[in-house]
Amino acid sequence: MLVLEDVHTHYGKIEALHGVSVEVKKGEIVSLIGANGAGKTTLLMTVCGNPQASSGRVILNGRDITRDPTANIMRSGIAIVPEGRRIFSGLTVEENLHMGGFFNTKAEIRKSQDHAYELFPRLKEREHQRAGTMSGGEQQMLAIGRALMSKPNMIILDEPSLGLAPLVIKQIFEIIGHLRDEGITVFLVEQNAHQALNLADRGYVLETGKIRLQDTGKNLLANPEVQNAYLGG
Amino acid sequence: MAAHNFKHALFCAFITLLISYPILGFNLEAQGINITITGADTTTILGVLLAAVVVFLFQLFRDQIMGRVGDLTSLTAGKHKEPMAENRRAKIESWVLTGIVILALFWPFFMSRGAVDLATLVLIYIMLALGLNVVVGLAGLLDLGYVAFYAVGAYTFALLSQYLGVSFWFALPIGALLAATFGLVLGFPVLRLRGDYLAIVTLGFGEIIRILLNNWTNLTGGPNGIGGIPDPTLFGMEFGRRVKEEGNTSFHETFGIAYSGEHKVIFLYLIALVLAVFTALVIRRFMRMPVGRAWEALREDEIAARSLGLSRTAVKLSAFTIGAFFAGFAGTVFASKQGFISPESFVFLESAIILAIVVLGGMGSQIGVVLAAIAVTILPELAREFSEYRMLIFGAAMVLMMVWRPQGLMPMRRIHIELKKQE
Repeated sequence: MLVLEDVHTHYGKIEALHGVSVEVKKGEIVSLIGANGAGKTTLLMTVCGNPQASSGRVILNGRDITRDPTANIMRSGIAIVPEGRRIFSGLTVEENLHMGGFFNTKAEIRKSQDHAYELFPRLKEREHQRAGTMSGGEQQMLAIGRALMSKPNMIILDEPSLGLAPLVIKQIFEIIGHLRDEGITVFLVEQNAHQALNLADRGYVLETGKIRLQDTGKNLLANPEVQNAYLGG
Repeated sequence: MAAHNFKHALFCAFITLLISYPILGFNLEAQGINITITGADTTTILGVLLAAVVVFLFQLFRDQIMGRVGDLTSLTAGKHKEPMAENRRAKIESWVLTGIVILALFWPFFMSRGAVDLATLVLIYIMLALGLNVVVGLAGLLDLGYVAFYAVGAYTFALLSQYLGVSFWFALPIGALLAATFGLVLGFPVLRLRGDYLAIVTLGFGEIIRILLNNWTNLTGGPNGIGGIPDPTLFGMEFGRRVKEEGNTSFHETFGIAYSGEHKVIFLYLIALVLAVFTALVIRRFMRMPVGRAWEALREDEIAARSLGLSRTAVKLSAFTIGAFFAGFAGTVFASKQGFISPESFVFLESAIILAIVVLGGMGSQIGVVLAAIAVTILPELAREFSEYRMLIFGAAMVLMMVWRPQGLMPMRRIHIELKKQE
């Protein structure tokens, strides 16, 4: 579904990704783990076309999107939950959701909105509240709900567990598992390696701009190298 | 009364002296070709000293004074009131607005010519502020050269009428569209910029347009401006005493009433009113449309908005263009009202005043912006006796507003419910 072939990405003169190849197949949950500064977010941003890859190819559903403008990529069945949630804090919860379905018809919006409220009943309770006044966990739910509004067949999550309480993290990961059951492909980027790999069908370990390891989630969890570096021994 | 208060108060009093003494304490007197400086009379100097003492005392006891002011029930009465239900509020609001517009329609027939003229100016500023409100208040793009689009609208009409004899009604859409085109053309290169950089580039653009108008003497008449801009006609009826153009009839003859100069003024006022209401309604419509939400989303968080597939350029350009369009509108009316325009009317100060209106009114709020436009235009006229201190009063008002109501007179409201405290 999403394929990165030998992708190099530069920020100015500095190369942040040194030839990364990643594949996410339809219906999978794929986790990408790595330390701070490994290039996880850069990899995601390259998929979104901001910045664009300087060489290599990004292929979505068999179509080369390497040189597409961001706006077009984000409208082709892919949705991203950006790092740090980035909800529209001055807008209400409902308005936030509607922004997610910006390019859909009203009927579609209503349907996906009901669906989002079904997944996150908390959001329904806070429908008319300013999004910025909600707790971190609720904001993360809103960010996921907003991404789902465009009815994507693939969703990319950038550090959804960032700064959340363990109980809330558990809830978020349950939802992510649920999304796969609904047939949505998930590409998950996490520092919280244990939970991310536990949930994932397959995983990649990114280190200083290169893929270090790739395997099934279970195998990576058991891998002593990964345990040492990312799971606290 | 803590020690740091005393030091601070002393400092403030000193600053007061430092600022006001040179300004008020010396008089420049022309004697022939020489200018001499003489000291002001004793009352002025006493006044300056008194002001310094007042500032000193206020700063010394500011905690006590501000505490008192905060306790005044009349000022904080609204704080504990339950917010009104949204639909009821909207209904009342729309009734009140309709009432005001109807009042405004009949109002000029009972007022003096000067008052109606001033009201026309207010309406022009309302149009400008509503337009800029889209750019600054909704889309969050700081535009310091907004007056350029106003100038484009005004000069379009002036030039079209001078060279081609085009009438007001044809020039109105042309002026607005041309201003919008300028907005579009300027928008393309600059909208990659953000915040301060955007502000500086738009500031530069505003100056470029003004200097161009000033120096392109063959076309625009340069500093001499363009005069003899025709008044608008009502279905081909002119408002002058004598008909200027072949084939037109004059208003007072058609209706068989005595000629009066007031007809024209009132007619211009009504045009401005209709256009201002039109502007408000169109922009209100835009705000409720998806594009309005896109503006706000982009202002709130650009990255998030882009992650949802919004094109940054398209959204910003639409705001910029629509803002410019209504500035062109206002410019055409202005040219027609004045009958004469020159680059003098389109200096940076105009941009600053329009921006001040938007900020004072509350970013994004239409009613607030209208109120602020009325206040900012009328207050200087009322305070004509203090005209020397106009800018001083204006500045002081801005500072006070930013201290007490940084969100503006009537901040933009969105639907939200306060959570009850959990027991």
